Formats: sequence, structure tokens, C-alpha cells
Amino acid sequence: MTSVQNMAPQDVPPQDLQEPAQGAQPLRALRQTGFASTVAALLRKELLLELRTLESVPGMSLFAVSTFVVFHFALNRNSVEGDLAAGILWVTLLFAAMLGVNRLFVADADQGGFDAFLLAPVDRSAMFVAKTLALLAYLVVLELVAVAAFALLLLGSPLGPALPGLAVTLALGDVGVAVIGTLVAALAVRTRARDLLGPLLALPLFVPIVIGGARATSPLLVASHPAWPALRWLLTLGLYDLVFGLIAFALFDFLLED
Amino acid sequence: MAPSTEPTRAAAPRGSEGMGQAALEVDGLIRRYGEREALSDVSLSLAAGHTLVVFGPNGAGKTTLLRVLATLLRPHAGSVRVLGSDLIHDAWQVRGRVGLLGHEPLLYRELTAHENLRFHARLHGVDEQRVVELLDAVSMSTRAAEPLRTLSRGMVQRVAVARAVLHDPPLLLLDEPYANLDPAAVELVAPLIGAAGDRDGADGLRTRVICSHDPSRGLTEADVVLGLRGGRPVLLRAASEVDASDIAELYR
Repeated sequence: MTSVQNMAPQDVPPQDLQEPAQGAQPLRALRQTGFASTVAALLRKELLLELRTLESVPGMSLFAVSTFVVFHFALNRNSVEGDLAAGILWVTLLFAAMLGVNRLFVADADQGGFDAFLLAPVDRSAMFVAKTLALLAYLVVLELVAVAAFALLLLGSPLGPALPGLAVTLALGDVGVAVIGTLVAALAVRTRARDLLGPLLALPLFVPIVIGGARATSPLLVASHPAWPALRWLLTLGLYDLVFGLIAFALFDFLLED
Repeated sequence: MAPSTEPTRAAAPRGSEGMGQAALEVDGLIRRYGEREALSDVSLSLAAGHTLVVFGPNGAGKTTLLRVLATLLRPHAGSVRVLGSDLIHDAWQVRGRVGLLGHEPLLYRELTAHENLRFHARLHGVDEQRVVELLDAVSMSTRAAEPLRTLSRGMVQRVAVARAVLHDPPLLLLDEPYANLDPAAVELVAPLIGAAGDRDGADGLRTRVICSHDPSRGLTEADVVLGLRGGRPVLLRAASEVDASDIAELYR
């Protein structure tokens, strides 16, 4: 339930906003920015900042590729498949994602972006949606690089037949990682131990995604006869996304409160 | 003359009788950081269109007061009404009607001045033309395409002033607004953050709260003066009843 102080201007009848307090007449009539427009402005800013600084995506990608190189030598095997391959892929992707999660709100916290946003007459949930979409975009770029490196360094069989199923599974996992990552990052960024708190909070919440993602991916990575992921694991991932999406959407406003 | 510790509630300043409802009404405001009280029992009222100048040494609670009035910090006790809305229950009604210029510019260093202002303009529903006008007004048009991290602090402060007034707020909260500015830049930004606003045909005066360490400029701009020391109001009078020695006493 949304409390009164957390209500955004668009939650109340417009006529209420057109009646400023007596003696406090605005110099300019109050205009409202729509939810979609606010999300678009925030998302554009996020992507622009990432393009300028290259602080998240290159680091995430490099981490994933480096990890696959380490696995390549550490396992002392020419190739992996099945459960082992799926486990390596998902655990590596999640740790790489944590780098992006930890950086997600740093510019806002350090440069006053939170304050500026809180001063604007917009729905605060727009920031949650924009940050989730930005993290989702980072994860997609990460996976384009990481899956190619994974196929090259660790996978014995051609990846082509597994790609459609892998894309669906990764997409479902990405939504969960982005939603939970955004929620946890918003919670951790205002604390002094944000670099530690982020992973400590996020990794336990990521466990169901690792389980569902790896189980769904495992049959895709069997060299002899790759099979489509079991529906129950895809549904598990989808349900987890939905539940945490709703929880995060409901909680996010309160995380921005003083 | 020792600062007055008598009344902690200011009457409307002289000459303001009949000017309408108060834009700010603060009664018994307390704000803590942990166990420490940053603001203790602050009460005041300010008529719409008037300017309150807050003096006080570092750590006196000036910035905390501005952040409470801006809805960025919640009061822990007391009541605060800003532009007719109660900050405890209706803070959202105030957002978008307040312009805050604090110690931090609230701008992204990696974005250009134009990109920063356009971002804020979209959040506040302000059109692109206003961004162009303000960049011109603070004489930043020629440097508008450069990332803020490459600009001097004074230039960043000029862009921050433009951000604070972008949406023509009826209440301006200014924390040492002329910090980092050279005399020419002060002349540029002074009309933007002045009591009258910067737009032709503005139908009302701005209410302003200014934190300052400069008695001569501060007293010139003030209708009401508030002196804080250790979070407590020790001086609250109409500006016409305050002189520079009263301000100097606050810092001793």
C-alpha cells in the first residue's frame, strides 16, 4: 500500500495540484511529467553516463572472459558440457553482474543525483524501472561477449543449436538479476559498507536464479543431443521474476526516503 | 550587541502585514543525526515573497534546515509547512515547487552542462527553450557541450544556479549561492536567484531562504534574519532591526 507521503503527483486528482496554497502562488504553473517520459529521461541519462565513463559493462565483460580463461586452465579439460558447463556459465555471469549492480547508483549517490531526483515532481518508481532497464541492457551486452567467450574457451560442441533456448533462459534470468540487483543496490548505496553489503544481500537472493538457470541450461549444453529446457525451470524463473518485480516495485519508494 | 535569545518565533517582518499567508511556518522543529540534535526547537514564519537569511558558524544547522525545507530530510519533531503543505504528510506537494542550490551542484560530472539541464528539464516538465535561455543567462552557451568535470568550479556553480531556477520555483533555498563565483559571475547569477525571478511577466515574488556568511550582502537581501548556533535559534528578527555587529556576535 502506498502511504500518503509516498504518493506521486499523478496519483492524485489534477485539480488538487492546480490549487497552490494561498500566498504561495507558483511563478510558473506546475506541470507534470508522465511516468514513461520520466523513465525515458532517466534511462537516457544512465546509458549516456555509461557510454561516457565505461565503468560497468567493460569491467563486467572482462571479468567474465577472464574467469572463463581461468576455468579453461584450472579444469585441465578441453571442453565441458551438461551440468558443469551450465554451472560455470551461470555462476560467472552472476559474479560479473554483481560488478554492475555495485556501480548502479554510485554516480547518483556521489554526485547528488538522488537529491535532484527527489526534488522533482515525479513518481519515484520511475527510477526503479529506469535502473532495472539499464542493468538489463548491461547484462545483455555482457552476455553477448561472455557467451561467445564461453563457447570458444570451454564448450566443446557448437553453440548454434542451443542458442534459442539459451536466449530464453538467459532473458528470464536477466530480468530477475536486474530487478533484485536494482533493489539491493538502492539499499546498499547509502551505507558506508556498500561494496560489501551489495553482494552479501544479493547473492543469497540470486541462488534460485542460479538453480533455475543452470538446470534449464544444462540440457542445452549436452554435446551429443541438446534438448530444450524443461518448462518447469523456465516457469520457476518467470515466477521468481514476477514475485520479486512486484516486491521491488512496492518497496523502492521507501528506500529513497530519508 | 549580544544576539537576542528571546523569541524563537518571528513575526512577519515589518512592512509585510497583509501580504498574505506565510510561505514557511516552522514550529518546534527538531532534526537529529543519530543522538546529536542538528536543529533544536526552531520556530519561525516567513511571508510569501520575503527573504529569510540564515547566519551561523559552520555546523550551526543551516544546511540541515535547508534540506528539511526542501523535503530531503524529515523533521523528527515539530511541524513544518512549506508553501501551505505539511512536510510530514504532504511533502510530495512541495516537490517541484522548490529550487535548491546547495553545496553540491546536483549535476553529473560526466555529462555536459546542456545534457544536465535537459535532464532536469524533462523531470520538471520544462521545455528545451528554457534550457537554452538559462545557459545564455549564465554565460555558459559556449561551454555547454563540454563535460562538467572539465569546467572550473565557478562555471559549475553557474550551471547549478541555472538548474535550481530551471522550473521557476516559488521557493528558492540557497546555500551560499555566490560561493566560487567571481564578481562578474555574481552579477550574472544575481538576477536569476533574486526575489523577482528572472522571467518577464512573473506574477509573484519568490520566497527565498539564503544561508550566508556575508553580513553586508546578507542583510541587504534579507527581510528576516535567523541566527543559528549549535542548531538553536539565537537570533530571529526583522532585518531592519539587525546590524552587522549582531551577526558578528554569532561567530564569536
